[in-house]
Amino acid sequence: MQARKALDYSIPLLSVAAALGLWELVSQTGTIVERDLPAMSTTVSELWTLVQTSSFWIAFGQTVRGWAIGLGLAAALAIPIGIALGSSPLAAAAFRVPIEFLRPIPSAALIPLLFLTLGTNIRSEIFLATFGAFWPLLVQTMYGVRDVDPLAVDTARSFGVGPLERLYRITLPSAVPYIVTGARISSTVALILAFTAELFMGIPGLGQKVNFAESFGLNEQLYALALATGFLGVAIHFAVTRVERWALRWHPSQREAVA
Amino acid sequence: MSARTYRITKVAAEVAVPILILVGWQLWTISADDPKFPKPTTILDKFQELWLFAQFGTHVVPSLERIGLGFAIAVLAGVALGVPLGLSSVARKAAMPHIEYWRAIPPPALLPISIVLLHSIGNVQKVSFIAFFCLFPVLLNTIDGVRGIEPTLIETARSYGVPWHERIARIVLPAALPQIVAGMRNSLALAVIMMVLSEYFSSTSGVGYVLLISKNTFQLVPMWAAILLIGVLGYVLNLLFILAERRVLAWHRGWRAATPQ
Repeated sequence: MQARKALDYSIPLLSVAAALGLWELVSQTGTIVERDLPAMSTTVSELWTLVQTSSFWIAFGQTVRGWAIGLGLAAALAIPIGIALGSSPLAAAAFRVPIEFLRPIPSAALIPLLFLTLGTNIRSEIFLATFGAFWPLLVQTMYGVRDVDPLAVDTARSFGVGPLERLYRITLPSAVPYIVTGARISSTVALILAFTAELFMGIPGLGQKVNFAESFGLNEQLYALALATGFLGVAIHFAVTRVERWALRWHPSQREAVA
Repeated sequence: MSARTYRITKVAAEVAVPILILVGWQLWTISADDPKFPKPTTILDKFQELWLFAQFGTHVVPSLERIGLGFAIAVLAGVALGVPLGLSSVARKAAMPHIEYWRAIPPPALLPISIVLLHSIGNVQKVSFIAFFCLFPVLLNTIDGVRGIEPTLIETARSYGVPWHERIARIVLPAALPQIVAGMRNSLALAVIMMVLSEYFSSTSGVGYVLLISKNTFQLVPMWAAILLIGVLGYVLNLLFILAERRVLAWHRGWRAATPQ
């Protein structure tokens, strides 16, 4: 048992170490020119220099802010609308076609429009993040509400439970697993679009820093920033997974398998 | 309200609401009279003029080629990597940190790097970029699909002396197929997004390029037509995929249950 545990940790660690070593080797031996792929050690020390500057952390915070506001707004809009569309087949039919047409539009296609309307500021970033994060949450909420056990709803109704209480006690709890899945997808989308808006529109944040590094040919900084952005993505992913576990702690899917 | 009138109301609503939205949009653009928001009818005229099919060959075809090639590479690589990773828990433990990292990174962060590393703003860079990020949905779904196979099936085949490549071709791949296809559908939607992003960054052709150029030159109606084109492209590709999926997975009794949405 103990040996197995050790293996669980040592294999991923060794694998990461091997990949970092390979990166160092490829660059040091000149298989890929140092200018195109700075060595791992160079990139990490560049990142170390960056994280000691306040401008890096300001940009980092700006990207996180775009993500958080976008995701929050998307949730505030998509969950109530999803509940309404999910509980009324008539409303769902009425908006089926517009939703099916708007949903697959890549949000990035809206960037030129945002340049001309909201301008190159945080409002565009938030709009883009909200627009992208809205759809997965909406669709998941609709499915979740539709999937509620009708017997449970009818039983509550025959016991004289009012519509608001039915929503709070039956519909919402049974839709939560779907909503949480939607939130996990939306969280990734919101981060991608916040970063995209910064990169393409020059809105302050990590994306804008990448844009500068690219324009001035600062390749070491380019790699260090991409590395940092990846860590931000991983951190947000872990945070959302933790929240998901907490929100679903009562749900069978979170029970540990007995093996 | 009887069941019949309710059904009729539902169909009427499904037809009427989109029409009302379009009419409302048209009326609003007429009253606003803002060059940034051309009338939907003007956009449609431009759409027809540019994309059916005057510039289809110069810009839509390159974009479709990039999507097709990137998607195909992603599917092949995703299945080829996903099957061994699904079968071996040691390989999975070794690969997971890398998979978790690369799929969490916002793709545009790698756009400038892909140009620096590949010395290209042409098809090599665009297709690699699309293929790299479309890999993950297929890869993760293949791993999950392979892990979900009843171990008795594989063990039985092994004890009957079925060689390993036959076991993969006859048991593992068919059993994992519904989930692989679900991953492919996500990948295809992603491919359209990655195409737009990569062409919007630096390029000389493609739908994303048209979008960028028309914005930079303040050609607002062509810009709207390009946005519409990208929307239609995403919609049609998804539709074609669902139709193909129904045919390919018709044999799979539980395919509806296995691939929600």
